[in-house]
Amino acid sequence: MIKFVNVSKRYPETGDVLRNVSFHLRRGEIAFLTGHSGAGKSTLLRLIAAMERCSRGQIVLDGEDLAHTKENQLPYIRRKMGFIYQDYKLLSDRTVFDNVALPLVIAGYGHHEISRRVRAALDKVSLTGKEKKYPLALSGGEQQRVGIARAVVNKPPIIIADEPTGNLDPDLSAEIMFLFGQFQQVGVTVLIASHDISLITQLNHRVLKLDHGQMVSS
Amino acid sequence: MKRSHKNTIRKDPPARPVKQDVRQTKMAGGDFVDKLNAYRDLHAHALFSSLGRLVASPFTSIMTIAVLAIAISLASGFYILVVNLQQLTGSLETSNQISLFLRDDVSDAHANKLADTIRQNASVQDVKIITRDQALAEFKTYSGFGAAINALETNPLPIVLQVLPKNTLEDKQGLETLLDTFKQSPEVDFAQMDLQWVERLQSIMAVARLFATLLNVMLGVAVLFIIGNTIRLELHYRRDEVVIAKLVGATNAFIQRPFLYTGFWIGFISGVSAWFIVTSLMLILRQPVEKLSGLYEGGFHLLFLNFTETLGLIVISSVLGIAGSWVVLICQLHQIKAE
Repeated sequence: MIKFVNVSKRYPETGDVLRNVSFHLRRGEIAFLTGHSGAGKSTLLRLIAAMERCSRGQIVLDGEDLAHTKENQLPYIRRKMGFIYQDYKLLSDRTVFDNVALPLVIAGYGHHEISRRVRAALDKVSLTGKEKKYPLALSGGEQQRVGIARAVVNKPPIIIADEPTGNLDPDLSAEIMFLFGQFQQVGVTVLIASHDISLITQLNHRVLKLDHGQMVSS
Repeated sequence: MKRSHKNTIRKDPPARPVKQDVRQTKMAGGDFVDKLNAYRDLHAHALFSSLGRLVASPFTSIMTIAVLAIAISLASGFYILVVNLQQLTGSLETSNQISLFLRDDVSDAHANKLADTIRQNASVQDVKIITRDQALAEFKTYSGFGAAINALETNPLPIVLQVLPKNTLEDKQGLETLLDTFKQSPEVDFAQMDLQWVERLQSIMAVARLFATLLNVMLGVAVLFIIGNTIRLELHYRRDEVVIAKLVGATNAFIQRPFLYTGFWIGFISGVSAWFIVTSLMLILRQPVEKLSGLYEGGFHLLFLNFTETLGLIVISSVLGIAGSWVVLICQLHQIKAE
């Protein structure tokens, strides 16, 4: 599902941020991406999100080689992925419903379908009844779950989470991780960037570790 | 779409704009129709939400629109000025008349005889004689110097013969020859062809037209930049939204749409405002201008922007709005990336 082959990323200012990174996450696989800050986690996620292109190597997402994908096709590849962020990245001037509906609106779904799917997604993260609230009226945990609902509403085959539990207490973190487990069960590939060691050791998932831009264990 | 969804939606309408709820009753069902309607709704939503955004920040919007409206009304003001001047010269264009100013010592009787002689000329159509008294009376009426003229002991005005040649304007050579013939006759003090004035006026008009065109192009470019800058600020202000939309797979077309509509609205509203400004100014000018025209016996009536011109003004403003936004979006959108 996510395949990196000898991927390097070089910035003119900072030099190589990623060097010869290779790994392969299969369908329905769940993995942690870990490493000290500055190890290249964010860069790796940006490459997966196709926000940037790699300097060398090959990235294949769901069978699509990003290097051979035209700029105007990248949005369609991004629709195969659900992104979850530490800072939630919600639109504060839109309701929970509108935030979750955004990927569907963008994909051009009809009104009925949007309504049905948004409800299903909110139900999945136990936020039924909060559709009309604005993100800032919700707690951190709730906002994170809105973010998760938005990431899964389009039923993407890949979920990428960047420090999804960074701002949450252990109970909420466990709850979120449980949700990820559920997605994995239905065949979704989940990649979670985190340096929450206790969480990682507690859950016996595959761990991809970056150190100074190199993959030291996968 | 399955029918069963309809009920759940009815019970608890989602927090979308009211517009979309109305559509539910019309929905025939079917995935294609659903998607088509969704696409139409995206446009309708972008159209109205961008207007809503302008209304939501009235101060900024009014300032921008005021600047644009003034620029556009300057442009259309110059345009309508040229149109009116053209109308003025247009009425003179057919005038190939030659005016013969006779010497002071020529009597009315002599002048009449001369007029008759000229009428015999094969290339002359008609001759009209304006006697000293007639000229004076006319001058008194229209110049506003009646009292001053009454104080004069003698009439300073000469007898004028207005000769209308058969030669058309195109036949300049023929007209020149005729003019030279008149110049040589001893009674004529000074002969003048109105054509020269028309030609001069026409070249002045050509310069004015070119000037107005250049000015309008410049003002158009200014409008483009002002709208572009407004959209750039808007884009900066809504950066987070753009990033999030990109991350969840929005195409550039999707992201650009609301901004293009914002540009359209700014251009459209500025165009309409400019029309009001120009029309108001012309209403103020109408009376004095027509009074002035009356003083010159002119059939000149101030021309306002007609329907086509008004439509053109608004369409051009709207297109400039869209173009200004589009240029900025093309240049700036790819620079906005997720952290």
